[in-house]
Amino acid sequence: MDVAALLTCYERMAVIRRTEKAAHDLFLQGLVKGTTHLAAGQEAIAVGASAALRPDDYVFATYRGHHHALARGATPEECLAELMSRATGLCKAKGGSMHLTKAATGMLGSYAIVGSHLPMAVGAAWSARLRGTEQLAVAFFGDGATNIGAFHESLNLAAVWKLPVLFVCENNQYMEYTPIADVTAVARPAADRAPAHGIPGEVVDGNDVEAVEEAVARLARRARAGDGPAVLEAETYRHFGHSRSDPAAYRPAEEVERWLKHDPLDLARGRLAELGVQAEAVAEADERARAVVERAVEAAKAGPPPDPREALTDVWADGGAAWRT
Amino acid sequence: MADVITYREAVAEGIAREMRRDTSVVCLGEDIAAAEGVFKTTVGLRAEFGAERVWDTPISEQAIVGAAMGAAMTGMRPVAEIMFSDFLACCWDYLANEIPKVRYMTGGQVTVPLVVRTANGGGLGFGAQHSQATENWALTVPGLKIAAPATPADVIGMMAAAIRSDDPVVFFEHKALLATKGPPPPPDHVVELGRAAVVREGADITLVALAATVPLALKAADMLSGEGIEAEVVDLRCLVPLDAATVLDSLRRTSRLLTVEENPYQGGWGATVVSIVADEGFGLLDAPVRRVAGECVPLPFADALEEQVIPTVDKVVTAVRGLAAY
Ligand SMILES: Cc1ncc(C[n+]2csc(CCOP(=O)(O)OP(=O)(O)O)c2C)c(N)n1
Repeated sequence: MDVAALLTCYERMAVIRRTEKAAHDLFLQGLVKGTTHLAAGQEAIAVGASAALRPDDYVFATYRGHHHALARGATPEECLAELMSRATGLCKAKGGSMHLTKAATGMLGSYAIVGSHLPMAVGAAWSARLRGTEQLAVAFFGDGATNIGAFHESLNLAAVWKLPVLFVCENNQYMEYTPIADVTAVARPAADRAPAHGIPGEVVDGNDVEAVEEAVARLARRARAGDGPAVLEAETYRHFGHSRSDPAAYRPAEEVERWLKHDPLDLARGRLAELGVQAEAVAEADERARAVVERAVEAAKAGPPPDPREALTDVWADGGAAWRT
Repeated sequence: MADVITYREAVAEGIAREMRRDTSVVCLGEDIAAAEGVFKTTVGLRAEFGAERVWDTPISEQAIVGAAMGAAMTGMRPVAEIMFSDFLACCWDYLANEIPKVRYMTGGQVTVPLVVRTANGGGLGFGAQHSQATENWALTVPGLKIAAPATPADVIGMMAAAIRSDDPVVFFEHKALLATKGPPPPPDHVVELGRAAVVREGADITLVALAATVPLALKAADMLSGEGIEAEVVDLRCLVPLDAATVLDSLRRTSRLLTVEENPYQGGWGATVVSIVADEGFGLLDAPVRRVAGECVPLPFADALEEQVIPTVDKVVTAVRGLAAY
């Protein structure tokens, strides 16, 4: 990755980190209902992968998908407005934190049933091939999803059809509260299983945005060339608990400390310094990210509530919800 | 084309007609391509459209329906087959949580124009895991359209409407009807979803039926006619959208109502029909409403036992006699 690209990635990660922090604060202020699954700590995966993708590629994510929506073109304002139940939200306040979707930029959704979106990505890749495009489909999912049947069904189907799809596991070491290692017989829950389906399984440092970009770009080239799917397991760590109700007390202090020292933003900052980028340039990027998110919070807060009549729209293609004639 | 066509041939013909007019229509499912379907409902498709558009899948119900969803979201019109409707339980997440909700929860951003076809229902002695009538499962899910044709012509016309629909449709093909015959419909035959058909006129009682209970209700009506009771038979054809207007209209003529359904009484579609009538058509009734439905037991194997628990002509005739005498 060249210096300019790395700096851009850094700024994107900073925007995501600050948006996550804003979501957290707004929740504490009672302005965000329900729950949130923050991805702070996992930004490098979304940003690195997006840097390697084409604008028309398809992305499918999980309920922990703020970072993917933001990396794939949703604005902090749209996302925060969605979390705050505003009519201006990304999904008109019908989705919420767990379902951020921006179809126009290929962010085809965030799904809250663990593993459910993996076959969808396979289908999108199939569709791309049938339509003769060179689009790629990427499914991002957690380590916990690798023990779901749909994971294995998807890997096999994608492999046997040699489809242009990448399965990117964000291995943050935990399912909800249970370490993945306690419930999985192999050490690398995603990568170790890939060979059983006849496809490559690679492991990458998920906190290193350059490494993620490089791996995704390489596997994407392969997939677009017709060589089929691949699994990329990106090792990472979430800074917060699983969701808003989880203080994450189950994590050993020294483990948390070790991972926090391996923060994706710090890593990128270190690398930028290594490459000779002045501290001011990084500070300016930080400042831009701060300003963007601050404006987004204010704008989202100012958004109107949804029209209650909207509860009965968008079920069918005609816009309505009528179940009888 | 021959002057009669079987229901099973109509399935393949209905799909083929749509595949000819729209290259975005593709099929996937177990044994549908080279083997042409375990019920021979996809005969000729692979030969005409090639293996790229008619894909044999592994036994992966979640991947079949999930991939159909992803393809539908990105420009295709997939027709996915789930071999027996009992197996919908294996991919129920997609039918209950993913496909019908994605438009809504994305604020209208995503369209899922797909059809999930499946062989439904009992009467063939296939036992408890291959005989259920499961359209009531789908009926509980907002966001799915439900089609269940009773004749070959309707299979073709409703298949056209289902495939052209921008909404997801679960298409129930009744196993007991596969060998039945009827006239083939003309080219471009489309039966709009949500239009019931009055398939027999009569002034004394309305029988509301669906799929395999339609011929059953017709047979009962013929027997009753000999006793001087003229039944009107309404083939609902679709459960969502539900054509309540045609049912209420028929009741204006008959003032008596019996629903005939194969799924269990609890949660069956007959309950919905009856509740609409109680709500909006109470004044039209001259007698209580009755429902002939499946028993709430797993489907037994032996014919003599299966007959005990699914609707039969005798059960319908008995129920009608009771209502007519009220
Ligand atoms: C099918 C299903 N089972 C259980 C849950 C409840 N649940 C929500 S998140 C989660 C943990 C998932 O862990 P992982 O896949 O590692 O993702 P992460 O949250 O770490 O990103 C569970 C069990 C669910 N949403 N879906």
